[in-house]
Amino acid sequence: MKDWEFAKFVVLVNGAVPLALLAWDQSQGHLGANPVNFAIHTTGMMALIFLVLSLAVTPVRLFTGWNWLSHFRRMLGVYAFVYAAIHLSLYFGFDRSLNLQSLIDDVIKRPFILFGMIALLVMVPLTITSTNGMIKRLGSARWKQLHRLTYVAGVSAVIHYYMFGKITSAIQISFVAVLIVLLGYRVLIQIPGFDFLRKSRKPVVAR
Amino acid sequence: MAGHQRNDIPSSEITDESVYFNRRTFMRAGIVAATALATGLIYRKVNHISTGGAAPRNLADLLPTTAPATSPSANGDDNGFRTNERLTPFDSITHYNNFYEFSLDKESVAEVAENFKTRPWTVSVEGLVSNPMKFDLDDLLKLAPIEERVYRMRCVEAWSMVIPWAGYSLSKLLEKVQPLSSAKYVAFESVVDPKQMPNQRSRVLDWPYVEGLRMDEAMHPLAILATGLYGKQLPPQDGAPIRLVTPWKYGFKGAKSIVKIKLVEEQPPSTWNLENPREYGFYANVNPEVDHPRWSQATERRIGEGKRETLMFNGYADQVAHLYAGMDLRANY
Repeated sequence: MKDWEFAKFVVLVNGAVPLALLAWDQSQGHLGANPVNFAIHTTGMMALIFLVLSLAVTPVRLFTGWNWLSHFRRMLGVYAFVYAAIHLSLYFGFDRSLNLQSLIDDVIKRPFILFGMIALLVMVPLTITSTNGMIKRLGSARWKQLHRLTYVAGVSAVIHYYMFGKITSAIQISFVAVLIVLLGYRVLIQIPGFDFLRKSRKPVVAR
Repeated sequence: MAGHQRNDIPSSEITDESVYFNRRTFMRAGIVAATALATGLIYRKVNHISTGGAAPRNLADLLPTTAPATSPSANGDDNGFRTNERLTPFDSITHYNNFYEFSLDKESVAEVAENFKTRPWTVSVEGLVSNPMKFDLDDLLKLAPIEERVYRMRCVEAWSMVIPWAGYSLSKLLEKVQPLSSAKYVAFESVVDPKQMPNQRSRVLDWPYVEGLRMDEAMHPLAILATGLYGKQLPPQDGAPIRLVTPWKYGFKGAKSIVKIKLVEEQPPSTWNLENPREYGFYANVNPEVDHPRWSQATERRIGEGKRETLMFNGYADQVAHLYAGMDLRANY
């Protein structure tokens, strides 16, 4: 196992830790008074964190010149999908009582649910095409184009989270701020004169 | 490649390949374990469920022996004083709290509020009354016999509990101060104490927390001032030492840790209505037919149980519906 393969393995293990602890706490009855909402909230938060981390890989790589960071990009994205899928399943199973009609009604009626659903649906094709074989099959140019959808997922997910809750919390505002910085950076480095913000010029497609 | 290596290291000193790889494997296992442990600790720190919070004293220890701990007419189903539904466990009632002065995280309130001091405590009752009074907490506890009221509690966030409160009707207090006929509303004000309430140092909401009731709502026997629950002194996280409970309204109407009650002529401001008037009205009566703009109010999650239908006026329609006869409940949400 090469060092970068090992590093990926470390990320793989660590990404599963919150899920393992959540499952363990549930089995011990330690999810508090409202375990369903706690699990929905926790998995949603993890999905959001992984999605933002995957979106952060390229800007941080270009800014620092640490090209090895791109090794982790796909894995972070897949984890975002895994947590988001569990998040939706818990909501559908326990909040909507597995009633598809009530899920559809909720999506139509409530913009914040709609944005969450958009984020998740966008991540489906991205997750399916996340393997080495799919990159080869699509060709790197097309793969790259398709995976620009990550921006859509990121923006929708952050809006989904921002709209939730009785008041706007500092964490909600922080996610918006981080997203603006990450997307703003990509725009900024396209502008002549802002090239100094970019240490790496290497276009890494996928690995 | 062996050919590129210098030959000044005797072969006996070259680490055996298997030892080298074992050491490497061992180190890698250590890295995996250490990072996983660190991630786990961060998860625990950021996302923990508190089980702490001091156990409150028995209410009986604080009360004069003459006051009965429970209602003498325990069968009073018609008045809505005691529902027969399963009680929500004490642990859930005391570890799942919306009390933004302490924390925005319902699971953390108990811990942050643990050392909240409720003595000395004074409640000033003033405004349009012929007999304004300042009550010491002990006076308040003795003002009327403490009764047990088992009420449903429906939060605007679509969860609910069944809570055995201890307290007495708000009307008992209002009768003492003799409201003037010009008094049309009752305004409640919660304590401001940024030293003990960390969120009051920031402007999460506009402090102090204020709430209000129409005079006829305030005089309704279901509206109580609670000083305890489960036969114990009210824990800080539930609004100690004294709070309002109006079971047919969403939970946020029940101002906690009250320091001032003022009788007024005009409809008083209420905190959530000020924060977001489109989402939270003055009346805030539980109503399954009027959704919150961002979620449905048709169902609720009973803590410790499951989903159930939400009832009009939280199941207290027989007792309170007449207060709102002829009112458009969609406009007056």
